[in-house]
Amino acid sequence: PRPAPRADETLAQIPPPRPPMAAAASTMLESLPAPLLRALRLKTKQQELLLRVSALALIYVLAFAVRLFSVLRYESMIHEFDPYFNYRTTLYLTEHGYSEFWNWFDHESWYPLGRVVGGTLFPGLMVTAALLHRLLRALSLAVHIREVCVLTAPFFAANTTLVAYAFGREIWDSGAGLVAAALIAVCPGYISRSVAGSYDNEGVAIFALLLTFYLFVRAVNTGSLAWSLAAAFGYFYMVSAWGGYVFIINLLPLYVLVLLVTGRYSQRLYVAYNCTYVLGMLLGMQIRFVGFQHVQSGEHMAAMGVFFLLQVFFFLDWVKYMLNDVKLFKSFLRITLTCVISVGTLALGIGTASGYISPWTGRFYSLLDPTYAKDHIPIIASVSEHQPTAWSSFMFDFHILLFLFPAGLYFCFKRLSDATIFIVMYGLTSMYFAGVMVRLILVAAPAVCLISAIAVSATIKNLTTLIRSKSKSPQTTGKTTGSKAAAKGAVDQPLPFQHNVAVALLLGAFYLLSRYAIHCTWVTSEAYSSPSIVLSARGHNGGRVIFDDYREAYYWLRQNTPTDAKIMSWWDYGYQITAMGNRTVIVDNNTWNNTHIATVGRAMSSYEDEAYEIMQSLDVNYVLVVFGGVTGYSSDDINKFLWMVRIGGGVFPVIKEPDYLVNGEYRVDKGASPKMLNCLMYKLCYYRFGELTTEYGKPPGYDRVRGVEIGNKDIKLEYLEEAFTTSNWIVRIYKVKPPKNRS
Amino acid sequence: MATPLRLAALLLVLVAAFASAARADLVVSRADRKVDLTSHIVRVLTSLKVENAGSEPVSKVLLAFPNIQAKNLAAIRAFGTEGKVKGLSSVLPIEVVEPSGVPPELTFFSASLHKPLQKGKILHLDVLTVFTHFLQPFPEEITQADSQLVVFQDSSHYLSPYPVKVQTLSIRLPGGRVESYTKYGNTKLVDSELKYGPYEDVPPFSYNPIIVHFENNNPFAVAKELIREIEISHWGNVQITEHYNIVHGGARLKGEFSRLDYQSRPYARGVSSFRHLIARLPARAHSIYYRDEIGNISTSHLWSDSKKTQLEIEPRFPLFGGWQTTFTIGYGLPLQDFVFSADGKRFLNITFGSPMEEILIEKLIVKVVLPEGSKDIDVSAPFPTNQWQEVVPHWTIDN
Repeated sequence: PRPAPRADETLAQIPPPRPPMAAAASTMLESLPAPLLRALRLKTKQQELLLRVSALALIYVLAFAVRLFSVLRYESMIHEFDPYFNYRTTLYLTEHGYSEFWNWFDHESWYPLGRVVGGTLFPGLMVTAALLHRLLRALSLAVHIREVCVLTAPFFAANTTLVAYAFGREIWDSGAGLVAAALIAVCPGYISRSVAGSYDNEGVAIFALLLTFYLFVRAVNTGSLAWSLAAAFGYFYMVSAWGGYVFIINLLPLYVLVLLVTGRYSQRLYVAYNCTYVLGMLLGMQIRFVGFQHVQSGEHMAAMGVFFLLQVFFFLDWVKYMLNDVKLFKSFLRITLTCVISVGTLALGIGTASGYISPWTGRFYSLLDPTYAKDHIPIIASVSEHQPTAWSSFMFDFHILLFLFPAGLYFCFKRLSDATIFIVMYGLTSMYFAGVMVRLILVAAPAVCLISAIAVSATIKNLTTLIRSKSKSPQTTGKTTGSKAAAKGAVDQPLPFQHNVAVALLLGAFYLLSRYAIHCTWVTSEAYSSPSIVLSARGHNGGRVIFDDYREAYYWLRQNTPTDAKIMSWWDYGYQITAMGNRTVIVDNNTWNNTHIATVGRAMSSYEDEAYEIMQSLDVNYVLVVFGGVTGYSSDDINKFLWMVRIGGGVFPVIKEPDYLVNGEYRVDKGASPKMLNCLMYKLCYYRFGELTTEYGKPPGYDRVRGVEIGNKDIKLEYLEEAFTTSNWIVRIYKVKPPKNRS
Repeated sequence: MATPLRLAALLLVLVAAFASAARADLVVSRADRKVDLTSHIVRVLTSLKVENAGSEPVSKVLLAFPNIQAKNLAAIRAFGTEGKVKGLSSVLPIEVVEPSGVPPELTFFSASLHKPLQKGKILHLDVLTVFTHFLQPFPEEITQADSQLVVFQDSSHYLSPYPVKVQTLSIRLPGGRVESYTKYGNTKLVDSELKYGPYEDVPPFSYNPIIVHFENNNPFAVAKELIREIEISHWGNVQITEHYNIVHGGARLKGEFSRLDYQSRPYARGVSSFRHLIARLPARAHSIYYRDEIGNISTSHLWSDSKKTQLEIEPRFPLFGGWQTTFTIGYGLPLQDFVFSADGKRFLNITFGSPMEEILIEKLIVKVVLPEGSKDIDVSAPFPTNQWQEVVPHWTIDN
């Protein structure tokens, strides 16, 4: 006999059912739901937690899944240019171990100089992927390191959503955190650098950046040493992962300075900054590529200056507290400030003059002054991702966030705190940098998402409170929404149609957000999920045509050239040739030696016999050019050629840009300048192209990219011979003939 | 001068002594040789009619090859029937023998008869031999536009330790140009078929060199190394992974490779190259992939019916003489087609070789990955192999 469960009994008190008693079981089934439901009925707080956790879990999965377009559409492969170097080094790391990797001298690149790889890279990404790989192997999952590399960026993007949630909660509330996580999960500005296969430093660096900022803000809010320490480690990870850490080391002192100026100085700030800076600096020095830059380079001096300033500030604060005499303190203050400023200036002056403190680098200058690179460093200006950002790409990458960003700023100013000041500063500075360089949209993306999330969350919260309070007791509306913004909440008496307007506005917000989600998915699918190593186009019948020419050429190099062959190409393809072709290159995407690149640029823009001498001096065996005239692939070497001329001419004045232009116009047809028509690059790209009919109804030798008939159809090569051309002519490889016998 | 001469004399004496010993027993009353030169793998079918002219029963028939041929010999099979007319033949076991007193330039194989051949009886013996690297490209280097010419060397007389009464030799050529061939009496070339003979009453060890120089543009696909991994899973799947390292073993390409010529007139400019290979996979092959070290290769086609699955793969670039490439193909097979159990043991019955057509494999490594905890492993292969076992870590997710 079993006592019938009372209604108020909890589930745990129900005895287990007994198998043979069918009747009893059925009665139990009838009686079970009531307590079960009761047990499942959560308190509002628990419900909220459950909702929040499941929403966050969904966002986490979404952030990962939306980045998989390229894997599903193409294959699990590494994209673009730099990721190939990262992949190659990661492969080396997993095969040879950490100390070998650290001491790696790579003689397959920058022939004949070579490259000290261990000392000239940020190892964070490679170590992360290698550790993930080792972890998976330890769990007996037989994955190849390539799969780990391909999925590293999406994995870290998913982790970034969690950090964004925590950050949003820290600066506003958990609702804003949740919205921020959702926005950043699909933000195209971030996706552009973190799709599967985009195995680049930025993939993990944005996570590290946001994590460092979050931990620092948390440290400032709490004044706890533990959080400061965590921020220092976050900074260390960032330093190990990306050169963009310079942004952190300059933003933090700027933030501290602003807090000091606005009179928000506190003990919490003192603890947080000092601990983070000192430990972060010491940890950052452990990365060989960074080394002593924290104390020696001009870019890091701001942080050090603010560090000392903070000590002076603290000291003065203490003296003021001890002195209790305003007049005396004022004179003391004057003396101290004069001393400190003169000592500081003197130290900086001596450091700079003696060369101990290096001046700002060109890259840093070009960030502050967008026109600097164009005039002084053509090699930076030649990279498309270093161009100033167009309005359209802001719209493309941020969509509605661009409008929500100012709104969010408004909310932040409305409720100023240490945390909101930080996010405002982060947002404003990164937006400026995003305007200077296209690729820095990436850095701005988290800030824009967070600030927009504040706008979305605050607005929706206001609207929903309005709707709810109206339905219950319209009189209390003013009290509950008083703290929130917008005109609706500020009045005590409900406005006419307030409820309907609120509903309409809410629907409008949802419409906008759903448009955002659709836009993001579309952008990801159309623009950011192409591996760029495999090209695809729509065929005549609408089917997809794949141009796999790059890999065809690299694999040909790998299989059918001597293992010690040296390949000369423009630097863009250097990383890919070493990673996929496994051959030595003269220059690659690590553009550390401008002279070497200029030498290649000079060879490409010289006549064949002059170029032959340069190639002989560099032991070049093969020359590789990329040519899009047959397929209409526009980012080919002919379109990049003017940069080769400029970079070559920057070092070797014999190369003059006007020689290649006609009335300032760049052309390849009959009207082109004779130097252009006979330089090595022109000859190699158009060799025997004059015999080929590319388009119906057009004369042979019709270049489909430039849309003209080429000017020199009778190209004879004396010192080189065609070794291989891919099936769509995109990559052409020439063999440098050995010198003729002397008679 | 004196030493080589004396050596040669000694050799002749030896040959004569041995020949006389052999002649006492067997006589080849008819020998017809058919040589197939259409691909780069040379297949020779020799039909012999052997008569026991001696008094003692004979249980072994000797087959002789010059060493230069024997080193290229990839396979040899002999089928024999006894009686006036050809009936059902049976496979005869063959082994390498070194009879005493034979010249070192020859390699001997001996086919053992199931029952001794009695006096006056006749044995029909079919010997199938397969040679690799037998056709020498000449010239060794050609340009893209040239056809590939190869040289075939053999003897117009059947090299045998026994006297041969009547014999013929017919050589099937792939068609196309025949540059030159050795002309003797009774030689004629009809429709890419070259015929020598019939020759009558040829003494033992008669060697009459012939050279055929002809055009052969069939793919000279040579796998320098093939590693086959056969992984058996509990979950009803046999996963096969094959790593190929393929080289074009014909005349080397010299000078330029012009894509323009190749794409505008592929049959005239690039005739000696090949651009695809065909693999015949077992009928129910599934999950087929084709890739190399840098990723998936998208140029492949697949046809399947109930008998077979045909996979046509195209390497990333056409292969000209001397060019090489590597790739991997993999596929899954249903377990029940290849594994059966009897007497509490499980047997895997699967082919050693490659599914590729007309490919020559220089080095073959077959790895069989058995499920975790397999024991009492026993291998039976149709030919001698090097074997070793190693333990590999096991993974959580099996396929």
